[in-house]
Amino acid sequence: MTKQHANWSPYDNNGGTCVAIAGSDYCVIAADTRMSTGYSILSRDYSKIHKLADKAVLSSSGFQADVKALQKVLKSRHLVYQHQHNKQMSCPAMAQLLSNTLYFKRFFPYYAFNVLGGLDEEGKGCVFTYDAVGSYEKVGYSAQGSGSTLIMPFLDNQLKSPSPLLLPAQDAITPLSEPEAVDLVKTVFASATERDIYTGDKLEIMILKADGIRTEVMELRKD
Amino acid sequence: MTFTIPIDNGDALKNAEADSQRTLYPYVTGTSIVAIKYKDGVLMASDMGGSYGSTLRYKNIERVKAIGKHSLLGASGEISDFQEILRYLDELVLNDNMWDDGNSLGPKEVHNYLTRVMYNRRNKFNPLWNTLVLGGVKNGESYLGMVSMIGVSFEDNHVATGFGNHLARPILRDEWRADLSFEDGVKLLEKCMRVLLYRDRSAINKLQIAKITEEGVTVSQPYSLKTFWEFQAFHNPTAGAQGSW
Repeated sequence: MTKQHANWSPYDNNGGTCVAIAGSDYCVIAADTRMSTGYSILSRDYSKIHKLADKAVLSSSGFQADVKALQKVLKSRHLVYQHQHNKQMSCPAMAQLLSNTLYFKRFFPYYAFNVLGGLDEEGKGCVFTYDAVGSYEKVGYSAQGSGSTLIMPFLDNQLKSPSPLLLPAQDAITPLSEPEAVDLVKTVFASATERDIYTGDKLEIMILKADGIRTEVMELRKD
Repeated sequence: MTFTIPIDNGDALKNAEADSQRTLYPYVTGTSIVAIKYKDGVLMASDMGGSYGSTLRYKNIERVKAIGKHSLLGASGEISDFQEILRYLDELVLNDNMWDDGNSLGPKEVHNYLTRVMYNRRNKFNPLWNTLVLGGVKNGESYLGMVSMIGVSFEDNHVATGFGNHLARPILRDEWRADLSFEDGVKLLEKCMRVLLYRDRSAINKLQIAKITEEGVTVSQPYSLKTFWEFQAFHNPTAGAQGSW
């Protein structure tokens, strides 16, 4: 008997876009709130942003069942870390944990496209961007998800990233002020919503600073 | 000394015997479930049909059941998998009651449990072929959520599975309000179920509407909707285009 092939897929793409921008003393993490399947909208109010630690916030698009499972694994690992080290995980530490967790399922991946944003040990903003199997990089800004191809080139243009070939290495933390960065995020999402059918409904923005987290919500086109 | 080689029949990917045990396609299926939050709680509607492919094999299947004191579970998809899920939940509720500590599982907890069950089965490549709707009220808070067969879950003010997602959801997005009375809620659900009756091939005209409030669960007796088939355009349909067929 030949091996039967499944006529169902264990994966689905629930769409959506995530963006994060790092500043000198803040980090902006934003994502739309639309959850889709195929050509249908399942929910217009589904948050893709999850706070993992005081200084580390994860935003993930892709297959939401995998994203939820990934988030639960990270939350539980963070709790154990807190019990063992008597402190919260730093953003760079969480970044490494996320990479390892993703690679652990290298041969049945979490279909999740992640952007991790937060503040590093010195209080500067940091953004880490991932692929589905855990390859990651510290960057000054990133976009992932269905609208990422529309947004990333525009962010490259506006945030004038220094060449990664330069020596000594220069980081790509933007010199923009926090209100300017938030405004830029709102602009890119409004544009992505126009042309990406999976992005829209509402925009959720989380701004992380040393004294706490602030959340803003903006309406997007619902078509 | 004799050894028995353990065959792990739980992993559906490894051996040929396990292959014949996992779900490849659904056999007896239920069609859409439509549910809304309303002023006092949650309303859930479903028809009572169980289709065997294109045959309407069963016409008295209850696809909405009460779970514990605070929840309602509706299922579309494979009926036998729904019955399996009811057995899992039976055990869950029993163990919860055995603690005898005055606590009881609320809809959020049951929804989370079901999401984990569906996701874990998907991970083992042996899914429960259902889309589940979980609604309930606990401590005055209404809750309504959905889980698919691969573990995608979310909550909202109104949900619908299968064809309901395409036909009923747009009606609900237009006409749902947070302060719907019971009568208005039922009217709204009946509007959705009527559209599904006209346009979903597997829908039958025998439905039940279940209500859950802080006080408890009531499932209505089965009844049918009034339909209208006398549209002029369907009288003498070939009038405008005579032909050999």
